[in-house]
Amino acid sequence: MLANLFQRMRGLISGKRLVISIPMIWLFTLAAAPLLIALDFSFSQMDIASVASLTQWADNTLTIKLNLGNYLFLGDDPLYFKTYLSSLKFAGTTTLWCLVLGYPFAYFMARARAHLRPMLLMLVMLPFWTSFLLRIYAWKTLLISNGLVNNALMALGIIDAPLQMLNTPFSLTIGMVYAYLPFMILPLYANLVKMDTRLIEAAADLGASPWKTFWLITVPLSKRGIIAGSLLVFIPAVGEYVIPELLGGPETIMIGRVLWDEFFSNNDWPMASAVTIVMILLILVPMAIFNKYSDGGQEGEKT
Amino acid sequence: MKNLFGRSWLIAVYTFLYIPIVTLVVYSFNASPLVTVWSEFTFKWYAALAHDTELTGGLVLSLKVALMSGLMSVFFGTFTAFALVRYRKFRGRTFLASMANAPLVMPDVIVGLSLLLMLVTVQRWFGFPERGIFTILLGHALTGTAYAAVVVMSRLREFDTRMEEAAMDLGCKPWQVFTLVTLPLIAPALISAFLLTFTLSFDDVVLAAFLSGPGSTTLPLVIFSRARLGLNPSINAIATAIITVVSIAVIASSIYQARAERRRQREMAEAYAQAN
Repeated sequence: MLANLFQRMRGLISGKRLVISIPMIWLFTLAAAPLLIALDFSFSQMDIASVASLTQWADNTLTIKLNLGNYLFLGDDPLYFKTYLSSLKFAGTTTLWCLVLGYPFAYFMARARAHLRPMLLMLVMLPFWTSFLLRIYAWKTLLISNGLVNNALMALGIIDAPLQMLNTPFSLTIGMVYAYLPFMILPLYANLVKMDTRLIEAAADLGASPWKTFWLITVPLSKRGIIAGSLLVFIPAVGEYVIPELLGGPETIMIGRVLWDEFFSNNDWPMASAVTIVMILLILVPMAIFNKYSDGGQEGEKT
Repeated sequence: MKNLFGRSWLIAVYTFLYIPIVTLVVYSFNASPLVTVWSEFTFKWYAALAHDTELTGGLVLSLKVALMSGLMSVFFGTFTAFALVRYRKFRGRTFLASMANAPLVMPDVIVGLSLLLMLVTVQRWFGFPERGIFTILLGHALTGTAYAAVVVMSRLREFDTRMEEAAMDLGCKPWQVFTLVTLPLIAPALISAFLLTFTLSFDDVVLAAFLSGPGSTTLPLVIFSRARLGLNPSINAIATAIITVVSIAVIASSIYQARAERRRQREMAEAYAQAN
């Protein structure tokens, strides 16, 4: 009887509970709680000295003041709407280009000879390991008006005078595609390399042209890879700050930069929080899809 | 035909990926301070690095943060991975999975701002923590945990749990099973996870910008503030130094891992051959 009780006590503290509660507490404190606090801040207002919180406890009464001012301001000012829209547009363009460049790349990589594949993969990973910031900075060197790209184009006689490439939508897109391409290639490759090539042979045996086989067999089978890769590019690209700051210009307004300025230049924390909350709402649906398709979220799913 | 097309596509994309890196390296040896015009070969920017206390100070701080963040990420990432892979059903599993996934894709500005707001709130209540190395570390360890969890999870999925059962049958206590059987078997994944999260921390600008305080300027923050102002030859020199170290480390570790994998497979094959 007593031994049984001891065993049950031990069962309560050991093993499963401990393994689950450690990451649960850690991630809740650092991932979930901050978002709730940002939500709280977004309903508050900037006072002279500090930020008045959403909930206040005074004289034994709990007052909850929902200050919608920040959100009303967000809705009122067409600039914010335009910025969100343009962020979505740039993120979408980036995703599309990454897919166009990355899919055939991952496909050919997966179909390369088996002993070559680890090296090909390492060559994709290598730029990914070297500083992202420095690689974006390098594009500044390349695209500046007297930079390598302009010089090369002029030497080839394609253009007569240097083109303004830096600080334009062009330079922003190139920088974003460059930075996010490995995030597209890696999940696609992981998916394509596991594909059962007998299905492709079967399609060929049944008389399908290589082109038709590709569209009817390979692409549908790699759906998961396409979705995972696209979301890994799209979601962070919406809020990208460093690339628009270094390579963007007056025409490339993005929400990450607006948030940054709201916070660091205007020191308006509640407004910055409201901008953040709206950004989270925008990426909520893509995030939910990502959760569904990524590894941790599913129970015993195969493929 | 298809082969030729495939090969040229691969080469074109690799060129796209490597041109900026090669440019950084080449121009780090350029004597002209105008980064885009080539004058003559020089080492002077490297010599100047040694006296650049802002950069060297940032480097030391970044290495410290990255080391600690790597260790913390592996610790918490391993627990996250175990919880998600070993226990298929428990209350809050979906919640844990989405919290572990969120930092992978969530834009850095969101993570940085919300973490800062929380830390400021906590500080208002308890007078702790001051913005600085500790708060940067918390931010990096959070994103690191998510990445480490992905790496460890993929190893745990292909893990043969019969090994643990065998150890248990032979009388091991649960913690002995973990330290003597599980840990050595997942060690390669833990090392990869450490290297990845170390690099992520060493690379990060946005979280550090939100979470750093006076006197805690990491190397990326120094580089970023210079890059914002324009082109600067000191960046090329530090970039080349970083690229060299990282390339050697990545190539060495991939060769090592390939060898370890081959050895493991050979030993397995021998063991099976003996058993039969």
